Amino acid sequence: MNLRILKVLLAKEVRLMRRNPFIPRLIVALPFMAMLILPLVANFDVRNVGVTVVDNDCTELSRRIAANMDAAGFLSVKECVFTYDEALQTVENGESDAILVIPPGYSADLLKGRNPQLSLDANGVDAIKGMLGSRYAAISATQTVSRWLSEQGLPLAVPHVNILNYYNPTLDFRNYMIPALMVVLIIIICGFLPTLNLVSEKETGTIEAMNVTPVGKFTFVLSKLIPYWVVGILVVTLGMLIGWLVYGLVPAGNVGCIYLAAVLFSLVMSGLGVTIANKSSTILQSIFVMFAFIMIFQLMGGLFTPIPSMPHWAQYMTYAVPPRFFIEIMRAVYLKGAGISDLWPQYLALSGFALFLCLVAALTYKKRA
Amino acid sequence: MDNGFAISVRNLVKGFGGFTAVDNISFDVRRGEIFGFLGANGAGKTTAMRMLCGLSCPTSGSGTVAGYDIARQAEEIKRHIGYMSQKFSLYGDLTVSENLTLFSTVYGMSDKDIRLKSDMIFKTLEMEEMKNCLVKDIPVGWKQKLAFSAATMHAPDVVFLDEPTGGVDPVTRRKFWELIYQASSQGITIFVTTHYLDEAEYCNRISIMVDGRIKALDSPENLKKEYASGTMDEVFRIVAKDAKRGD
Repeated sequence: MNLRILKVLLAKEVRLMRRNPFIPRLIVALPFMAMLILPLVANFDVRNVGVTVVDNDCTELSRRIAANMDAAGFLSVKECVFTYDEALQTVENGESDAILVIPPGYSADLLKGRNPQLSLDANGVDAIKGMLGSRYAAISATQTVSRWLSEQGLPLAVPHVNILNYYNPTLDFRNYMIPALMVVLIIIICGFLPTLNLVSEKETGTIEAMNVTPVGKFTFVLSKLIPYWVVGILVVTLGMLIGWLVYGLVPAGNVGCIYLAAVLFSLVMSGLGVTIANKSSTILQSIFVMFAFIMIFQLMGGLFTPIPSMPHWAQYMTYAVPPRFFIEIMRAVYLKGAGISDLWPQYLALSGFALFLCLVAALTYKKRA
Repeated sequence: MDNGFAISVRNLVKGFGGFTAVDNISFDVRRGEIFGFLGANGAGKTTAMRMLCGLSCPTSGSGTVAGYDIARQAEEIKRHIGYMSQKFSLYGDLTVSENLTLFSTVYGMSDKDIRLKSDMIFKTLEMEEMKNCLVKDIPVGWKQKLAFSAATMHAPDVVFLDEPTGGVDPVTRRKFWELIYQASSQGITIFVTTHYLDEAEYCNRISIMVDGRIKALDSPENLKKEYASGTMDEVFRIVAKDAKRGD
């Protein structure tokens, strides 16, 4: 390895990147777009759950249940009807998402000390909305009934539960997404740029001019990897600034922990990118392969679906998905204020992937066909 | 190692699957010679040249370039040769002088040598006011001269030129050949492929490849005598008339 040659190769990479009309803009624009728009859109908060009430009781209590439900934040009562068939019609039309059935004589039965049942049916086509919506509706109805019972001087039928959320007290989905979005940005920028860079050198033929020189292949590959540490740091810095200025979210932990993880992960992605480029002869080919990896990374990395909610076999597979570790680090440092001492297994895993992929990148680079 | 030959090749073969691109060629190129490597399209010229430059592994056969073995010492060969490909291969988004600095540093030249040599090149090519232009913005004839200078800047033993003058006018080509003669006079062996048969006349010796084999090899005068023709053009047509490959 010759440092003088590495330096001149790095100078070349930086100049080519700067003079490219598109890449510097992409490095700045993509974080802005992603961080300004996606946290507002990509969340699993369920709102506007429509409920149709089948009121067979027609008492003060049954009307109160419907009214309180309509007043609750995430629910809106679309209609009160008298038969189940009519209610089902509204679900099939898409006007409402759940049906609450209040049986005849409901409040009279409660007063007599019996245990009458409300029933709640939800549309499961949109699984998350159906599940959460019916939970919200059940909570609202239970609250109304317990308040009514205590007004009547009767014992509470259901125990009351208070829930307190640690680390993300408002359960705001944004706080969960913002740290992970920076991971997505590095996946895309540090994954695609080195791939495109190297394959376009193949397509223009400049790589041949390099291969016919005595330049060492480790030196050459290193000159393709190092610029993306810097790009990774740049992207994360931009992401953190936007997170702070726009959403008021600052890391609870040390920023240095985030940068260390970002550098390691940039190496993972650029190592993968260079490896793919080494094996592709056209840009189209390399983009297609990179997309396959990126899709798996996004779906299996714990970005949207929490890893503990995946089937067991899939959970084991996620150990082979490098962004999993970076996402864990980002969320833990951002929300819980964790440090390297808490997260060393994740750092170790990322370092392992980085070392492995950069080695593969150097070894698959062939100066001779 | 010194057998008086800059390039010496015996029974060189390169196959791609069932297709034999270079079929058992043997030849020698003397030191300081300008050696023309002719052939129809698809005859295997570029493939043969890529093996000599260490860009491609031979399937079988042996040979040396600048005294180093082409099968085992490819990286050593690369220290002692220059290469200019038909695909124009400088970085278009770097300036003229940035390109020269990049390539000469990679060949291990000192900063001082690079400065001196670059200034000399700018002077001989009359490119002084162009040295800070991006390479993609300069005319193709200049690019070729520049690429040749970049390939010979580190004073290699042998320089390989793969169709160096494609797509330029006769005057520019003529000027390019003056550069070749200049390099040759400094003792650099020139190995050049071309489709222009007037250029073949400028070579000390030429070989004509047909379907992966060398069908003729001698000086232009001897070849014209042997095939009883007045021009290299006719010689080429006689030698290559049975070619099966090509487009």
